[in-house]
Amino acid sequence: MTAPVPGDARRGDAVRQSLASFRREREADWKAFEALLTRVEKRAPRTLSEEELLSLPLLYRSALSSLSVARATSLDSALIAYLESLSLRGYFYLYGARRTLRQRIADFFLHDWPGAIRDLWRETLVSVALMFVGTGAGAWLVASDKGWFDAIIPSSLAAGRGPDASAELLRSMLYDGDNGFLSGFAAYLFTHNVQVAILAFALGFAFAAPTVLLMLFNGCMLGALFQVYWAKGLGMELGGWLAIHGTTELFAIALAGAAGMRIGTRIAFPGELTRMAAAAHAGRVAATAMVGVSVMLLFAGLLEGIGRQTITSDITRYAIGGGLLALWIGYFYLFQVVRNGDR
Amino acid sequence: MATARRSALATMRSLITPEGVDLQIKLADAGTRAAAFLLDVVIIATAAIAVTIVALFGVRGFGTDKLQPLFIVWIIAIFFLRNVYFIAFEAGRRASTPGKRIVGIRVASRNGAGLSVDQVIARNLMREIEVFLPLSIIAGWSGMGVADTLTTVFGLVWALLFALFPLFNRDRLRIGDLLAGTWVVEAPKRTLMEDLSARKDPVAKTFQFSHAQLDAYGIAELHKLEEVLRRDDYFALRAVAETIGRKIGSTPQAHDARPFLTAYYGDLRAHLERKLLLGKRKEDKHQR
Repeated sequence: MTAPVPGDARRGDAVRQSLASFRREREADWKAFEALLTRVEKRAPRTLSEEELLSLPLLYRSALSSLSVARATSLDSALIAYLESLSLRGYFYLYGARRTLRQRIADFFLHDWPGAIRDLWRETLVSVALMFVGTGAGAWLVASDKGWFDAIIPSSLAAGRGPDASAELLRSMLYDGDNGFLSGFAAYLFTHNVQVAILAFALGFAFAAPTVLLMLFNGCMLGALFQVYWAKGLGMELGGWLAIHGTTELFAIALAGAAGMRIGTRIAFPGELTRMAAAAHAGRVAATAMVGVSVMLLFAGLLEGIGRQTITSDITRYAIGGGLLALWIGYFYLFQVVRNGDR
Repeated sequence: MATARRSALATMRSLITPEGVDLQIKLADAGTRAAAFLLDVVIIATAAIAVTIVALFGVRGFGTDKLQPLFIVWIIAIFFLRNVYFIAFEAGRRASTPGKRIVGIRVASRNGAGLSVDQVIARNLMREIEVFLPLSIIAGWSGMGVADTLTTVFGLVWALLFALFPLFNRDRLRIGDLLAGTWVVEAPKRTLMEDLSARKDPVAKTFQFSHAQLDAYGIAELHKLEEVLRRDDYFALRAVAETIGRKIGSTPQAHDARPFLTAYYGDLRAHLERKLLLGKRKEDKHQR
């Protein structure tokens, strides 16, 4: 073993001194940045003074430059880990999209929601067509053999309705609501329908096949019910009973199905993008549409739970249903706000 | 150790900021994410039970004529817990639910841009087929015949494929992540720790090391030594001091293990940092 060389230790000491002073001089900035970040992550940025707000990006850049220096010259792994985590937190905060809640909500109703629905027009057409095909098939099946009714509509949902039920019973189901529990019923309907819509959307991931089946089956149930009423000469009345909320609800379900089909088909046929990019793009459009769908289902739930039981005139029911449908179509496809500048 | 480093590298992804610095994010592993999810489930379940108990007490307190408003509040609260809990927290400033926050992970956009609300919604709506679909299939199992058991098993396998999706891809993506263009990264909060080489230790000053003694180790060993010193476990310190002492031909007293290692760490780091400045990065002891 060689004897200790004093000169060597001194040269090492010089490096140690300069790195220690690097840390000493920058440490106050890091601590200030950390304290500011902790505050803005917990509370809204408006709690900061103007001075503090302006210092955020400066402190962020100082932390990043410290990180670069430390990575190149220091072997203190705890220090580098600290600076990495601090810079990452700063990066996520400063480069995250910062829109206020009010701006976001306004943007959603003015641009994002109708935009997403317009973007899904092809899938929406397919989805609506599938429902009509299902309705036709359901009606035809029950007309050819009334045993199909029990197969299509579960007895718990049918509640006594069926091919053998009397016209009086069928009529009473359309006009008598039990008036005791209306808004509770509306809340239940809303949550239940949203859950179904989310399922229809999420199942689209399996190359859209389950969603297509769900849309067809939904139509089938409608068709079966319709046939039963039509045979007793109550077709118009059932139409009114359905239309008051159904135009909104069925349209919303069709849109959820369309959103599901979009993600399924884009994963299967990504086009020019990579499969991952195509999926990510489709998912974002579909998610925006789905938020809109839950807003529509909220309307539908209120109409079904309250409006249908209190409004018993066929004409008013048709007018409300038709008016709402016109409103939705106008809002989605005709009303286009020009977007100024970028988002 | 080489395999450990390789597996650590497999979950590192580069994230280059507009300033040109690579922040090197680390993907959260499946176990951490499962733990975070379980914590969230516990929180949601506790909240749901609490809401139900409060609603039941409300029914007893107000009588049945106030049943309807209580029912509405209850059903909306449950709906929010199931669907909105994840979305609301992940759309917030920290992009993580309480469970994720506890284990130190967060959601981030895969392309490095800011996380937008539609991404958060997309990734959380898919939970419906990842979690609730298998659960409802299992729940529907009871009271079924043999033929139905078979279909249930098929359904379950199909549903589990969705649930276990993260285990089958490199980036540990859930289906929701795939569709939203997001991933889950580690974002621990670290505090600045003391600089070990600036530690003032009167005994440590008595140790002097030669150039050859400092050449015995490289950066990998230095980082291990730093870990041991920060953990400050008496027996580990002694064992490490003995090993190093044997290698460099210096035998410290058993009770001097900590000052000895502190002194050696300080000198070794200064030595290697000096080399680094001169353009030579000595990765480990095998590198000459």
